[in-house]
Amino acid sequence: MKYVDEYRNAGDARRMVEAIESIVAHDWTLMEICGGQTHTIVRSGIDRMLPKRITLVHGPGCPVCVTSVALIDTAIALARRPEVILTSFGDMLRVPGSSTDLLRAKADGGDVRMVYSPLDALALAQKHSDRQVVFFAVGFETTAPANALAVWKARRAGVGNFSVLCAHVLVPPAMEAILSDPGNLVQGFLAAGHVCTVTGYREYEPLAQRHRVPITVTGFEPLDVLQGVYLTVRALEADRWGVENQYRRAVTADGNQAAQRMMAEVFEVCDRDWRGIGEIPASGLRLRGEYAEFDAERRFDIAPPTADYSTECIAGQILQGRKRPDQCPAFRVRCTPERPLGAPMVSSEGACAAYYRWGRPG
Amino acid sequence: MCLAVPGKVIELRDDEAGVRMGRVSFGGVTKEVCFAYLPEASVGDYVLVHVGFALNRIDEQEARRVFELLDAASDLHEARTDPSSGEGGEGVW
Repeated sequence: MKYVDEYRNAGDARRMVEAIESIVAHDWTLMEICGGQTHTIVRSGIDRMLPKRITLVHGPGCPVCVTSVALIDTAIALARRPEVILTSFGDMLRVPGSSTDLLRAKADGGDVRMVYSPLDALALAQKHSDRQVVFFAVGFETTAPANALAVWKARRAGVGNFSVLCAHVLVPPAMEAILSDPGNLVQGFLAAGHVCTVTGYREYEPLAQRHRVPITVTGFEPLDVLQGVYLTVRALEADRWGVENQYRRAVTADGNQAAQRMMAEVFEVCDRDWRGIGEIPASGLRLRGEYAEFDAERRFDIAPPTADYSTECIAGQILQGRKRPDQCPAFRVRCTPERPLGAPMVSSEGACAAYYRWGRPG
Repeated sequence: MCLAVPGKVIELRDDEAGVRMGRVSFGGVTKEVCFAYLPEASVGDYVLVHVGFALNRIDEQEARRVFELLDAASDLHEARTDPSSGEGGEGVW
């Protein structure tokens, strides 16, 4: 396939690793933000190819993993209502809430359906006008424009039986939270390329200046990730900080402005509770007042979820890069993709799932 | 979640609400894609698609820069073959 295989050449990767070896003189800890990059790193063994001086820690870039237990419990409560068809992306369905998950709610008779696109959920609402179709809208800035368009279309077409349960999260506030933590070890970031396809990377510059860190917008193929590491290490060794763009074939400084306009039309920034991390100010998106009628939390009278969730899962530490999945005592023993204790073992972007799938021992 | 896959535009049209839609081929598998955020796309372009939405056109010139950086970084300046010609001789992950 074009623009995929070219960036997976093993010989090119080796040359890139040699180039990194030739410039690294100090110990550095880098964080890749996106779970998609984590999977590339573990699948390709990039973390094992890099010089010992470079430590990669895995970031919070898995929206399914950071969705709060309270929101998942709300989705499950909605799925149990007979009039509701609860829709979401496949990754969301097996994430544990406080006592069960959406897939089990489906097995118990709830109408839970996986969709590929939010427009599929809207089409389902138009097809089943006697039912209430709720779309569990999760995602970072990459996904927000798609979900925004579904709501915008619903309002324009007067689709009164469509609503969204909004769990959107934003990347820069999470990076700010990591960098502001007194125990932070991260010295440079590989920023999430596809988030930046939408947002551009101008908003990362103040973050890089304030914390004096290099931030490299990075793609998802092995050669992209290695070049992201190279550019970040090169900046660190030269005592430089700022934003660089490795993923130039897909990311511009200003991003996709039509997508940004639709996000701003439908959503506004709000505080958001991140699972395992806690509340991060101004780190989420909710529907603006004009679109409030499409907010599932307003449309349905849902009992406030209890969300008492105690387990030995250390997802919070995993998502902040403080521990690796193979440092968790439950990894592969009491926590597997079939019986997950936490979301990072379920999601296709979760760090624990990456370690499990690509054969890292516990 | 942020998985976005490059594909080739094979058809473009507007839907009944005036939203730009189209079909994109991913190595032969075609899917319906919304082009509301990429109305300037043309048939034959390579675009990056996420949850059924085209987010960007892949810039062919910039796509080559990855290999320019690779060559510069490893001090190899001999001309490369066209990267779009696919795999080199050393296997693909």
